[in-house]
Amino acid sequence: MVPTVRHDGPGGDGPCCATSPTRAGAPHVRCRPTLSVMDTAAVEVTDLVKRYGDTTAVAGVSFCAPRGAVTALLGPNGAGKTSTIEICEGFRRGDAGRVRVLGLDPIGDARTLKPKVGVMLQSGGVPTGARAGEWLRLMASFHAAPVPPDLLLERLGLTSAARTPFRRLSGGQQQRLSLAAAVIGRPELVFLDEPTAGLDPQARMAAWDLVTELRASGVGVVLTTHYMEEAERLADRVVIIDRGRVVADGPTGDLTDADHELRFRASPGLDSTSLLRALPGRCGVEEHSGGQYVVTTTEPGGVDPGFLATVTTWCAANDILPEDLRIQRRTLEDVFLELTGRDLRES
Amino acid sequence: MTSSPSFVEPGTFTPRPGAAPLNRLILAQAGMELRVLLRNGEQLLLTMVIPVLLLIGFSTTSLLDLGDGPRVDFLAPGIIALAVMSTAFTGQAIGTGFERRYGVLKRLGATPLSRLGLLGAKTMAVLAVQAIQVAMLSGVALALGWRPSGGLGAILASVVLLVLATAAFSSLALLMAGTLRAEATLAAANLVYVVLLGLGGVVFPVDRYPSAVQPVVEALPITALASGLRAVLTGGAAFPVLPALVLLVWALVGTVLATRFFQWD
Repeated sequence: MVPTVRHDGPGGDGPCCATSPTRAGAPHVRCRPTLSVMDTAAVEVTDLVKRYGDTTAVAGVSFCAPRGAVTALLGPNGAGKTSTIEICEGFRRGDAGRVRVLGLDPIGDARTLKPKVGVMLQSGGVPTGARAGEWLRLMASFHAAPVPPDLLLERLGLTSAARTPFRRLSGGQQQRLSLAAAVIGRPELVFLDEPTAGLDPQARMAAWDLVTELRASGVGVVLTTHYMEEAERLADRVVIIDRGRVVADGPTGDLTDADHELRFRASPGLDSTSLLRALPGRCGVEEHSGGQYVVTTTEPGGVDPGFLATVTTWCAANDILPEDLRIQRRTLEDVFLELTGRDLRES
Repeated sequence: MTSSPSFVEPGTFTPRPGAAPLNRLILAQAGMELRVLLRNGEQLLLTMVIPVLLLIGFSTTSLLDLGDGPRVDFLAPGIIALAVMSTAFTGQAIGTGFERRYGVLKRLGATPLSRLGLLGAKTMAVLAVQAIQVAMLSGVALALGWRPSGGLGAILASVVLLVLATAAFSSLALLMAGTLRAEATLAAANLVYVVLLGLGGVVFPVDRYPSAVQPVVEALPITALASGLRAVLTGGAAFPVLPALVLLVWALVGTVLATRFFQWD
C-alpha cells in the first residue's frame, strides 16, 4: 500500500476549479467566468470535442488545471488524454469547445504562449543525430533565462550521456532528456505526456522529485499517466477521462477519501448474500481469491463504527473470525477501475 | 554549489519565461542543423565524396566524350550543380522527412522558434554546406586545370544562379518531406538524385539528346543550373536569362505547393 501524500498547497481550490469532486452522473461543475489574468487557471478546457473521421476521440471534455499545482489526466489507452493535451499545446485544433491556457488561446496567441509553456511529447521530438547535451543547450538558447543545461543533465542523471547521440540513448534516457527540455526554459506551465513511461524505479523517482520541485517553485504541471501511484503521489487534482469524457474530476484526496472499504480474510465461499442482507442500504461484498473479502457501502455515513459493528456481529453470529480486518481508504486505482471498468480495451 | 547530485539552488525552476531574441533563435538552430548534417556519414557521401570522385574520375579519364576543350571545364560547373542539388534537395528532403517522422518538427513547433525561423535556420545550414562544397570542388577543379572565364561579373551571376537553385531545390525537398512518409522520401529523393545525375546535363552534354527531348531536359532545375553555370564560367556569357527563369519558376511553384501541402506531423 502506497501512502498517499496530502498536499496543503494550491490545488484543490484554484480560483476557477470546482472544489468538490465530480463524478459521472453528477452534474459537472463548470468553470466560473474569470475576472483578471492572474485569476485565470493554468488550463481551462470547456466542452472540448475532437473527431478524427468517424471516431470521436474527445466528446465534450471540461476541466480546469490550477496554476502552480499538479493536475493528472488519467485514463485507459485511447481515452482521449493525448488529444486533449495536444489541443492545449496548440498542436491541433478542437472541433468544438473552448480551451484557454494561461488565459490565452493556444493557437491564436501561440507567440505569446510558447515561451511560457514547456512541452514533453509522448515520444521522440529530438533529431536522432543530436547529442543529449547539445540538444539541451539548443533548447536553453531559445529562452531568455534558462536553467543551466549541465545542472539539468546532472539532476536527471544524464551527465555521462551528454555526448551520446539521441538514437543511442536508452528509452529511459530519451524520456529524461525530453523531460529536461520541457522545463529548461523556466516555463509557467508544463505539459508532460506520460513523463515516466518506461523509466526504471530510480529514474522515475528522479522525475517525481523534479515534478514536486516544479510545483514548489510555482510551476503548473499538467501530466498524463497510466500509473495510479504516480497520480496519487504527485497530483493535486486528478481528472479521469474515459472514452473521451471526464468521469471524475477533483482534488486527489477527495476522490479517494470519500469512500472507505472494509477488508478481511476468512475461509473462502462465505454466504455473501446473507452478509449483504445484514447490512443497511446499498452495500457491496466482493470475494477475491484466497478468501479476501471487500465490503463497501455507498451510504452517506460510509464505513462508520456502526457499519463495522454490523459486519463483526454478522461474523460472530456465523462463527467467523475475520482475520486481517482493516478499514482503508480506497486507492485511486479502485476508483479508476470502478469508473472505467475492468475490461481490457482493444485500443 | 554542493556536491550533492540532487541539489538544485532554490528558485532554479521559479518561472522566468521569455524567448531569446530572434537572431539568437535562428543562429542556434542553424548551428544544430549544420552540426547534424556534417556528422551524418551518408549525407557526406552524397554531398562531398561522390561529387569529388566524379569530378576527378571523369576529368582524368576519357570514359566520357565531352567534346572539345579541357574536360574539367565542362565537368566543374555540372558537378557544382550536382553538389548543390545533393544538399538542398536530396539531403534536406531526407533529413526533414525523418525529423517530421520522429516528431522533431512538432517539438520545435512548441518552442519560441517560429516556422519561418526554422526555415531560415535550415536555409542557413544548407547555404553553409554549399559554401564548403563549392570551395572544395572549385579547389579540386582548379588543381585539375580548370580555368573559369569571366571575373567578378561571372562570380556574381553564378551566385545568383546558386541562390535561385537553392530556393527551387529546397522548396521541392520540403514539398516531398512534408507530404510523403519518411521511407518514401528516402527512396524517392535518392532516386531523383541518381536519375538527374544521369540525365540532367551534369556529366553528359544536353546537346547529345534527341532534339525532341532536349527542351524537357533543359526545363529540369538541375540542367538549368548546370548549363547556366557552364555558360557563365566556361562560355563567358553575360547572364544566362533562360536558366535563371527556369529556376525561378521551379522555386515559385515549389514554394506555393510546399506552403499549401506541408504537414508538420
